[in-house]
Amino acid sequence: MKSKYLKWGLSVIILSILLIGTILLALSIGEINFSISEIIDIFKNKTGIEYTILSKIRLPRIMLGLSVGGALSLSGVILQGIYRNPLVEPYTMGISGGAAFGVAITIVFGLNMLIGSYMLPISGFIGAVVTVFLVYFLAIRKNHFNINRMLLIGVMISFMASSAMMFLMSTTSSENLHSIVFWVMGSLDEPDSFLVKVVFFSSISGLLITYFFSNQLNALRLGESKAKHLGVNTNLTIRVLFITASLLTGISVAVSGVIGFVGLVIPHILRIIIGADLRILIITSFLGGGIFLILCDLISRTIIAPNELPIGVITGMIGGLVFIFVLSKSKFNI
Amino acid sequence: MKQFVNIENIVCGYSSGFKLKEICLEIKKGSFTGIVGPNGSGKTTLFKAISGELSLKGGSIFINNTDTSKISSKQKAQKMAIVSQNTEIADITVEDYVLLGRMPYKKPFQLLDKQSDYTIAHKYMNLTGTVKFKDKLMCELSGGEQQLASIARALAQEPELLLLDEPTSHLDISHQVQVLNLIQRLNEELKLTVLMIIHDLNLAGEYCDNLIMMNNGTIHIQGSPEEVLNYQHIEDVYKTVVITQQNPLSKKPAVFLVSEKILNSKKI
Repeated sequence: MKSKYLKWGLSVIILSILLIGTILLALSIGEINFSISEIIDIFKNKTGIEYTILSKIRLPRIMLGLSVGGALSLSGVILQGIYRNPLVEPYTMGISGGAAFGVAITIVFGLNMLIGSYMLPISGFIGAVVTVFLVYFLAIRKNHFNINRMLLIGVMISFMASSAMMFLMSTTSSENLHSIVFWVMGSLDEPDSFLVKVVFFSSISGLLITYFFSNQLNALRLGESKAKHLGVNTNLTIRVLFITASLLTGISVAVSGVIGFVGLVIPHILRIIIGADLRILIITSFLGGGIFLILCDLISRTIIAPNELPIGVITGMIGGLVFIFVLSKSKFNI
Repeated sequence: MKQFVNIENIVCGYSSGFKLKEICLEIKKGSFTGIVGPNGSGKTTLFKAISGELSLKGGSIFINNTDTSKISSKQKAQKMAIVSQNTEIADITVEDYVLLGRMPYKKPFQLLDKQSDYTIAHKYMNLTGTVKFKDKLMCELSGGEQQLASIARALAQEPELLLLDEPTSHLDISHQVQVLNLIQRLNEELKLTVLMIIHDLNLAGEYCDNLIMMNNGTIHIQGSPEEVLNYQHIEDVYKTVVITQQNPLSKKPAVFLVSEKILNSKKI
C-alpha cells in the first residue's frame, strides 16, 4: 500500500518540478534570452519591453500550452478509459473534424471578421459542440449509451467532416485555403488573454470534474457491466465524462487549432511508467500533457527562428519518437 | 415471512422476443443453489434479472426483505456480488483488482483506499489463496487463478448474496474442483448465500444443496439435487438420454451420457 502511494506521490512531485523547470525554460528562451535571476527581476519591476515580452507573449503561450496540453491529454485518458480502447484519442470522435469544418465555413463565407478575432474560435467551438451532440444523441438508444456505437458514429462523423472540409477547401480561393490550412496546423500564439484564461479555467474545471468520477472511471476498466456490478452508475459516469472530454477538446481546438498526438501519446507513456490506475493517471497525464506541449511550443518557436514551425509537426515527431522508445524499453502489454 | 431471496412473478426479456414468464422463486439464506438447464432456457436471463443488468417488465425481486428496484446500484452492490465467466482484464495487479471490490463503500472524492479496505482485500485474498499473486498482473494468471481472484474481488464487496455465472466453464477439472471447493467452503464457513449458473450436471449435483432446472423461460423443477437430477427431468428438458446413479462416496446424483452408437446397439 505504502510503496504504491509513495510512487504516486513521487511521480506527482517529479512532474510538478519538471513543469516548473519547463515553464522557466520557456520563459527564458526566445529571440531574447533571459537568465532565471533576470526573469525574477523583470517580474519584480514590472516595467520595460522585457516585462511586456514575458508577461504578454511568453507567459500566455505557456499558460495556453499547459491548459491545452493538459486538456488534450486528460481527454485522451478519459476516452481511452470509457472505450477501453488504447487507440482512441480526443480527435477520434470527430471533434477536431467538426471544429475544423466550422472554421472552414467561417473563412470560406467571409464571416471571420463578423465579431472580430473571436469569430474563428467561436466557430471552431460551435463545430466541435455540434459534432459532440450529434455523436451523443445518435449513440443513445432507449436512454442507454452504447459505447461501441458511439465510437463508430464518432469515426464516421469525423470522416464526413473531413470530406466536407476538403470540398470547401477545393472550391475556395487560395487566400482562404491558406487561412484554413494555417488554422488546422495549430499554434499556441493567441494574442487574446481572455481566451487564454477561458482555456485555463476550463481545463482546471475539467480536471476537477474528472477527479469526482475517478473511482467510477477506474472501475470502468473492468468493462461496463462489471463496473455496474460494483455499484457504478455507468450511464451517468459515461455521459458526464464524455461531455467533459468533448468540451475540453472542443475548447482547446477552437483556440489553438488541431494539435495532434498529445491525447494519444502522453497517457500511454505515463501508463507504461506509472501504471494504469486512473486515479493517478488523470493528474499525471494532465501535468505530462502540459509539460510536453510547452516544450514542443518552445522548440517550434526557436528551431527555425525568427520563423515558427507548426506545433503539430513537433508534437508528432517528438511524441512518436519518445513513445516508440518507451514502448521498446517496456515489458508492458498494450 | 419472506425467504432470503424472493422472486415474485418476474417478467423480463430481450427485444429479440425471448423472455422469462412470470417466474416465482424462493432461496433460503445460506443455501448453495445451482441453476441448470439447456442453452437458451433462460438461466442467464434470470441471472441478469436478479443482478439488475436486465430491467424487469413485471414482478419484484426481494433480497433480505429489500425490494432491489428501490435501492441504488451502490446499495445493491453491497448486498450482492457477481462473478462472471471470464475476467479478460490485462493491466491491473491482483491486489488492485480485489480492492475494486471496495468500490461500493467509497465516498465521492475518496481517492485512496483506506487501511481497512486493504485489510478486507487481504483477508479474502488469503482465503482464496490469491495473496501470493498480489503483485502480478491479472493477465499473467491462469484462467483458474483469475477466477479465484474474481471470487476474492466479489467477497471484498462483503455481499449477502454471491452470484456466479458459470464460474468453471473454461477450467480444467482440477481448477473446476478447486473453485467449487472454495465456493462450498465460503458457503459453509461464511454462511454466504450462493446462486450459481452451472452447465455441468455432475458438478451441480455434487456441490449444490438446491437446484433450479430451467426450460423455455420457466422453472421446470426446483428442489434437492436428488429430486432435480432425475433421468426423467433431464431427458424432458435436455432431450437427451442419460443414466443417473449415485456417487458411491458422496451419495449425490451422478449423470452419465450415452452415445447414439451405444443406444442403437443396445436397442433401448
